[in-house]
Amino acid sequence: MSTTTTKPPGASQEDLSRLEEHWGEPPSLRAWFSTVDHKKIGRRYIVTAGLFFVFAGISALLMRTQLATPESGILSPQEYNQLFTMHGTSMIFLFATPMFFGLGNFLVPLMIGSRDMAFPRLNAFGYWVFLFAGLFMWVSVPFGEAPNAGWFNYAPLTNLTFEPGLAIDVYNLGLLFLGISTTAGAINFIVTALKLRAPGMSLNRVPLFVWAIVATSFMVVFALPALNLDNLLLFLDRRFDTHFFDPSAGGNVLLWQHLFWIFGHPDVYIIVMPGLGIVSSVLPAFARRGVVAYPLVVLAIVSISILSFGVWVHHMFATGLPQLSYSFFSAASTIITIPSGIQFFAWLATMALGRLVIKVPLLFLIGFLFTFLIGGLTGAMFAVTAFDQQVTDSYFVVAHFHYVLLGGAVFPMLAGLYYWLPKVTGRMYHEGLGRWAFWLVLAGMQLTFFPMHLYGLFGMPRRVYTYRGDLGWDVGNLIATVGAYVLAAGLLLVLIGVVHAIRRGRPAPSDPWGGDTLEWTTTSPPESYNFPVLPQVHSLHPTWDERTAESIGAGATQDRILSEGRRTLFTSELDARYERAVEMAESTLIPFVLACWLLLFFISMLFSWWLVAGFAAVAVVVTMGVWLWPSRRPAEKTG
Amino acid sequence: MTDRGGIVAAATGAEALSTEEPVGRSTGWWGMVLFVATESTFFACLLGSYYYLRFQVGPQWPPDGIGNPELTRPLVMTGLLLFSSVPLFWGVRGIRYGRRWRLRAGLVATMVLVVTFLTVQGTEYVDDLKILTPTTDVYGSLYYLITGFHSLHVLGGLAFVAWLFAASLVNSFDPQHYDRVRNAGIFWVFLDVVWVAVLFTIYLSPRL
Repeated sequence: MSTTTTKPPGASQEDLSRLEEHWGEPPSLRAWFSTVDHKKIGRRYIVTAGLFFVFAGISALLMRTQLATPESGILSPQEYNQLFTMHGTSMIFLFATPMFFGLGNFLVPLMIGSRDMAFPRLNAFGYWVFLFAGLFMWVSVPFGEAPNAGWFNYAPLTNLTFEPGLAIDVYNLGLLFLGISTTAGAINFIVTALKLRAPGMSLNRVPLFVWAIVATSFMVVFALPALNLDNLLLFLDRRFDTHFFDPSAGGNVLLWQHLFWIFGHPDVYIIVMPGLGIVSSVLPAFARRGVVAYPLVVLAIVSISILSFGVWVHHMFATGLPQLSYSFFSAASTIITIPSGIQFFAWLATMALGRLVIKVPLLFLIGFLFTFLIGGLTGAMFAVTAFDQQVTDSYFVVAHFHYVLLGGAVFPMLAGLYYWLPKVTGRMYHEGLGRWAFWLVLAGMQLTFFPMHLYGLFGMPRRVYTYRGDLGWDVGNLIATVGAYVLAAGLLLVLIGVVHAIRRGRPAPSDPWGGDTLEWTTTSPPESYNFPVLPQVHSLHPTWDERTAESIGAGATQDRILSEGRRTLFTSELDARYERAVEMAESTLIPFVLACWLLLFFISMLFSWWLVAGFAAVAVVVTMGVWLWPSRRPAEKTG
Repeated sequence: MTDRGGIVAAATGAEALSTEEPVGRSTGWWGMVLFVATESTFFACLLGSYYYLRFQVGPQWPPDGIGNPELTRPLVMTGLLLFSSVPLFWGVRGIRYGRRWRLRAGLVATMVLVVTFLTVQGTEYVDDLKILTPTTDVYGSLYYLITGFHSLHVLGGLAFVAWLFAASLVNSFDPQHYDRVRNAGIFWVFLDVVWVAVLFTIYLSPRL
């Protein structure tokens, strides 16, 4: 097992210094704004999404404090509305997806044996847009103009009549702004996974995490336009007196819900799918064998991402649509449990057939299985229209989706955090601290959200800022509040564990877990060029495979070292046959500048400064023109 | 595999052999196709919303007092836009054989046709605004949003082609490097297909 200091012998010392010259970036202020290194961008995504997680988590703690006792007056109804809206919107849009995109950014090129993402500059641009859009939305909070109509922002509550002021415009414009980043990131992931895989990594050898990120990205490409359109229509209604959601002039308020949930249900899987991918990628290292039934798991991932577009009406079972549509969507929602079940049983079988190594990442995986199972069971209940109509908009729903999202996204995220922390930082975490964090998070999670099932069934509606003491809801609410603080303490311990690892942790070897994917063949943290030699992949578990290990050792050919210039490989989409070496984009300030112009555009749209908005739009177009300007070629080169 | 890493391998290896002619799809091609896919989905949602609202309103569509949209100019516009693809693709084929003058001529002809398209669209709006505005009712809102949003994309396409023309003047494209030009072709297919859907939805479907 190699350590951080020994280089694999495949590339000579001259190759390594040439690679470092082409890929390395000496730290400077300019380099900080201009970097296109996928590892740095990935880390930034993770830290920024973590920051929004803290903001959204503090909002939740404030709400739980308010709800601890009946008729308490810590928060006003107006403040409470803003907090639950910003909590939901941030957790969904500014935490979950960007956190997975950050992990994906860091890991996908490493897992597929490439030196960068397909579009490095677009990648940097996506990060800056995400950061600016998140700040754009959160800055509204100190001004008391934060969105306050719930994370799904239903019309007609959000019409100008009921919501004067800027709060809803912040939501509309913020999500449109953020959508640019999410779409750019998704396209980048798909193209990276299609073209930049190491030679030999045919589709049936692609790691499950990469499959999950690609499926997620396809869902983003086809689902996000519905949300963007919805926000555009509402913005036009509010600012330009159009009538899309105005029944008095032929509009229809249900249009908002349809478009929102055509996006919104795929979005549930956009959030959960990368989490499931992490589970499939972390498990092999701790079960000491590959995930059982790899082809079936891949098929399950693909079919879930397709089926997820056919179930949106189950969010609208209480809106009075025709019965026939209820039957159809009820059936579709039931069918989607089959591929989910396939994945679940594949993990169970992997654990049963493997030899378990109990470490913190595995503990979080077990916590995931338990929590996600409960969320899945209540989810199957919601597919039944009659049941759904009884409990919709009650705390039972709140309990259900927190089990799904904490179980399906946050637990795998934490498993992944501990698993890849050595790779990202080059330091090992403290095992004892990690175990304490796990037990606190697990206990806090169950204490917070399990009672919500009960008082939801007893009739407590969601989104109320307080309740009367004689309704039988007070004990459950008190337990939930205590649980929320336990959960917060657990998450704080996770953060302490990360800081401790970075400052005091012992240096991590290249492969502390005996993992099976390619990121473990490179140093911890990886060099700027990721791999001294791009591997030739021979199996689904390349790091466990001797022929793949040989391909990066002595005797590796120059066509996979590529030390002349900043280069990586294109391979064919399906079989990953060697196509050609390509020059990759170098660092530049243009993505940052373009994101700044977009920020100016959205700010001026918010305040109706039309002239400034027009100027910013022109600046955006000109900047794109400069960005993509082809390099000059002399005329004599043509025949 | 006896000479791994040697000079012979460097000269005869896959890398050296494949640099002559680009093989396989480029990342630029995939990126453009996916961009067009997500944009098309946006238009699909927009047209879906049109039909949803139309059928919720009832049988009287367009609503009382607003006749069916005029058909002559949209048909002329259809001809202009579809025909503007011809010189573009002719130019793209030209640069594949290194004929820069053909690329430049094709781009100029495309620009002329697109400017004409947008001008006709403008005259149509001037007439329409006398009887219908985006704030009249939901029909007006839909009519101007859908046609306007498509025109915005045509305007973007015009900027794209003008930019390509400027780049072609400094000898930027050759048979090995014309990704950007070919991407304009992909974008044009998208503009054409969306326009045909808009034509059917806005101008023809109320007559059915």
